[in-house]
Amino acid sequence: MSKLVATAAQTIGPYWALIEHPEWADLLRAGGPNAGYDKGERITLTGRVTDGDGATCPDAVVELWQAGPDGEYEAGFHGYGRSRCDADGCFHFTTVKPGAVKGRGNATQAPHVTLSVFARGLMNHVSTRLYFSGEALNETDPVLGQVPEARRGTLIARPAGAGVWQLDIVLQGEGETVFLEV
Amino acid sequence: MSDPAGYLKVAPGSQPPLDSPGYGSTHKRHPKQAPIRIAPTLTESLAPRMTERDYPSFADMSVHEGRQAQGERIIVGGRVLDENGKPVPHCMVEIWQACSTGRYHHPLDTHDAPMDPNFKGEGRVFTDADGNYSFVSIKPGAYPWRNHRNAWRPNHIHYSLFGHGFAQRLVTQMYFPGDPLLALDPVFNATPDVAARNRLVAALDMDIGKEEWALGYRFDFVLRGRDATPMENPQ
Repeated sequence: MSKLVATAAQTIGPYWALIEHPEWADLLRAGGPNAGYDKGERITLTGRVTDGDGATCPDAVVELWQAGPDGEYEAGFHGYGRSRCDADGCFHFTTVKPGAVKGRGNATQAPHVTLSVFARGLMNHVSTRLYFSGEALNETDPVLGQVPEARRGTLIARPAGAGVWQLDIVLQGEGETVFLEV
Repeated sequence: MSDPAGYLKVAPGSQPPLDSPGYGSTHKRHPKQAPIRIAPTLTESLAPRMTERDYPSFADMSVHEGRQAQGERIIVGGRVLDENGKPVPHCMVEIWQACSTGRYHHPLDTHDAPMDPNFKGEGRVFTDADGNYSFVSIKPGAYPWRNHRNAWRPNHIHYSLFGHGFAQRLVTQMYFPGDPLLALDPVFNATPDVAARNRLVAALDMDIGKEEWALGYRFDFVLRGRDATPMENPQ
């Protein structure tokens, strides 16, 4: 039985840039928490955030949360990043590819990162996962398995150049991204 | 190793719906489909570890490069707890706000009010071992925002908190007691439950303020708590 009720969220609004530190989008930045990290495969994650009209959301901010290449969280690799969306509504992260993560029970989760979108017009943030296309473990991933097959593609990034993976986020309407909650 | 505990369900009416028609920008940005509820895995149970070493704190927003900002100096303090009433220690709290005239230190803000060059409007603090935090700032001004006819936001401070679980991430706004604009504000009023909404209003606290120096306000945060009972729909 809970004693208290969680504080209501309120929109991040248009002026969150006051707390923006653009370098946080590069998880491997010099002088940052992962400086000198040399394990795993270096990758870029990008994607465009659009609204129900298909218009880009250049004021949105995307947060990333991921495991290290060994599939462990915060054990040698700090898995947090934050990227503003640029004039084209695109976020860009530089990071390492996460490993497979232990799931519930005896399950194994396919490599994935969590993306959360905050923006003016979003009263609370929305979260989804980015998986990597072609990953054999995607077929048995317990979370992907809960997503109706027709919409599963909204969680699977496609290669867009060497080491570059792209996943667009559609907040509303046709091709709407599947968002997850716990 | 056993499976991670679930989070307590969100109390009905305690959170603003993504579809909040009074706030125009939500029209095209709220997802139409319900989110898929999943049982938390390590991904949702853990959270990034934010430390002062990597994210240094700066707790006095009322001074910029040694110069005092204009306006009414305030001290805001309180605690960060979870829904089980347990303090959340070492929680990173990001803070941002407009200056005393209601102007943000940002090029997108074109409101015709004088910008205070000595107020940048960014702060960052960490809770102590008992979940306490505090910072010094200036009371922010109200400003117009074009959402509806003669729309003005009530005085408010923005916050971003990182708890110790992914679902504890919180971005919210704190309001000031007695502000007549609260009754007219669609963002504040989007939260259906009146008590939940009113918990976004800070309390004047003369013990937090400092004599002949600053007024004090108390504002406590509650982050989602873990559920000790087993998940209903284990996946």
